Amino acid sequence: MGVTLSYLGVIVLLPVIALVLKGAEIGPARFWAITTAPRTLAALQLTLLAATMATIFNALYGLLMAWVLVRYEFPGKRILDALVDIPFALPTAVAGLALSALFAANGWYGAILEPMGLPVVFTIWGVAIAMSFTSIPFVIRAVQPVLEDLDPQYEQAARTLGAGRFTIFARVIFPAILPAFLVGVTLSFARSLGEFGAVVFIAGNLPMKTEIASLLAVIRLEEYDYNGAAVIALVLLLIALLLLVVSNLLQARALRYKGKTA
Amino acid sequence: MTMTIRNLTRRFGQTEVLRGIDLTVEKGELVALLGPSGSGKTTLLRIISGLDWPDAGQLTVAGGDWLAKKAEERRTGFVFQHYALFPHMKVRDNIAFGLTVLPRDRRPPPVQIRARVAELLQFLQIPHLADRYPSELSGGQRQRVALGRALAIDPEVLLLDEPFGALDAQVRRDLRRWLREVHDATGTTTIFVTHDQEEAFELADRVVVMGAGQIEQIGRPDEIYDHPASPFTARFLGLTVEIPVNLRAGRIEAPGLDGSALSRRAMADGPATLFLRPSDITPVPDPEGAFRITEAVSTGALLRLRLEGPADCIAEAELPRRAGVPGLIPGQRVRLRPEAGQIFPGGPGPVQAAAVPSLKTKESLQ
Repeated sequence: MGVTLSYLGVIVLLPVIALVLKGAEIGPARFWAITTAPRTLAALQLTLLAATMATIFNALYGLLMAWVLVRYEFPGKRILDALVDIPFALPTAVAGLALSALFAANGWYGAILEPMGLPVVFTIWGVAIAMSFTSIPFVIRAVQPVLEDLDPQYEQAARTLGAGRFTIFARVIFPAILPAFLVGVTLSFARSLGEFGAVVFIAGNLPMKTEIASLLAVIRLEEYDYNGAAVIALVLLLIALLLLVVSNLLQARALRYKGKTA
Repeated sequence: MTMTIRNLTRRFGQTEVLRGIDLTVEKGELVALLGPSGSGKTTLLRIISGLDWPDAGQLTVAGGDWLAKKAEERRTGFVFQHYALFPHMKVRDNIAFGLTVLPRDRRPPPVQIRARVAELLQFLQIPHLADRYPSELSGGQRQRVALGRALAIDPEVLLLDEPFGALDAQVRRDLRRWLREVHDATGTTTIFVTHDQEEAFELADRVVVMGAGQIEQIGRPDEIYDHPASPFTARFLGLTVEIPVNLRAGRIEAPGLDGSALSRRAMADGPATLFLRPSDITPVPDPEGAFRITEAVSTGALLRLRLEGPADCIAEAELPRRAGVPGLIPGQRVRLRPEAGQIFPGGPGPVQAAAVPSLKTKESLQ
């Protein structure tokens, strides 16, 4: 136990503390000034908005995908199941390159979308698609095992009591998978916030328009503006922490029926 | 309503789980489906509820074809062995579930639903549990709630699948009595599945004995207890001692057996098998007796004897220990006096496919 704790301390906690100290060094006034600078704000806004878009998509599609993988039998199901992990296994830069190639004006998808007036590359849509691609397994993999273990008797009981399919999903199944679903969605959002490799290829990185926060931190670093980089990183960290807290509260609420005595 | 089941058949792959079931259940009856595991009783119950479908046959309730209805349209209150209470709902919401999922035009207003739930909680003697979650209840309490949830929809027929199977003996007995009271008060037609004959006999108006996908016997509990209609039913109901005998003029003849307490049977002369409960056998010490006591074990209340007869015939007898018949010790020779028993034509051995492996008699007598 000592080993694991020290490891956690050195690898995870120490960098976080260092970052916080660095931020504290700067002082609140300067911190505020950097955060509210137009370029920083624009980057944060884009990052949050794109991550939200990506997460909403992932939440809906991931839930559907988990449902299909658990409830349906079809040829190629195991291959599909294995494919789900590809975004995790793939180096994100590769994913970014592939996506920009696909969505570029002369790419397979881009050739169709662009004439329709729906440019993806160099827009927030591109950012969101890249974020979504790299974080979708979180929702699927969080929900899938819980759905698999769900006792079919709950659904059967609901049916004999007169509930239709939609009611059963809304009132019996969804509450049971909600905690896992929240975990998946939170992780997906957190990952989207920090996604770098896949996004920078497709975003175009135009300051004030399609420049994500983590890229801005790198740019500041390259300009030897350590404070600027630290502030942006710290803001991202705070958002992530806030997210974790909210997610844990929601989970606790969703799980309030469990283990009071059992 | 009368439920009529005609020639119901169900196959799982190669296995025939139900092989032509015919059964009629009258309104307000309390019927037990009794049988060993694998006899198809749960499958039959699930087909009635609409959770499973037969390959052939008919199921009508009050003249209406139930096989044309989906489970959610049949209004069968189904109670599962492991309760299947919705874990994220409080007791009161569990009970209200069936009412709250009704289509809007038939759904009672919330006030009425609340009143109905309160009334049920009172009736089931669990009003103090209304605001608990299922994880905070004991097994017996959960089963009460599960029954309340099923009763709330005012079911056409109440179906219980091994309802007390997961509970310990004392709770089982209490709940059994309680279920009988609930049934008598509501008059709901009830079918329950069990493998416990005591439970079936104590609770049911009629018992349906099932074995290997078929109905072996239907009757009132005492009727079935006293007159099992087939070797299968006999073995399943505890007539585990099988002694090869010869029938002559309706009387049994076998070495070491005193059949004078048994009534004459209207059966053809010839070889037959006598099925006995160990508790219906009185061993009488007799130096000339054909049986020898090989083992005597006390369970406190009972003295259990193991007896060896001619041609490797093995029997077991059970008698109150304190009645104190002297001389019932290993090595002693006895003759056996059956007080009650059932005779089926044919020699011993695998005459019938026995789902209950209890052949206490070895192959013999030729």
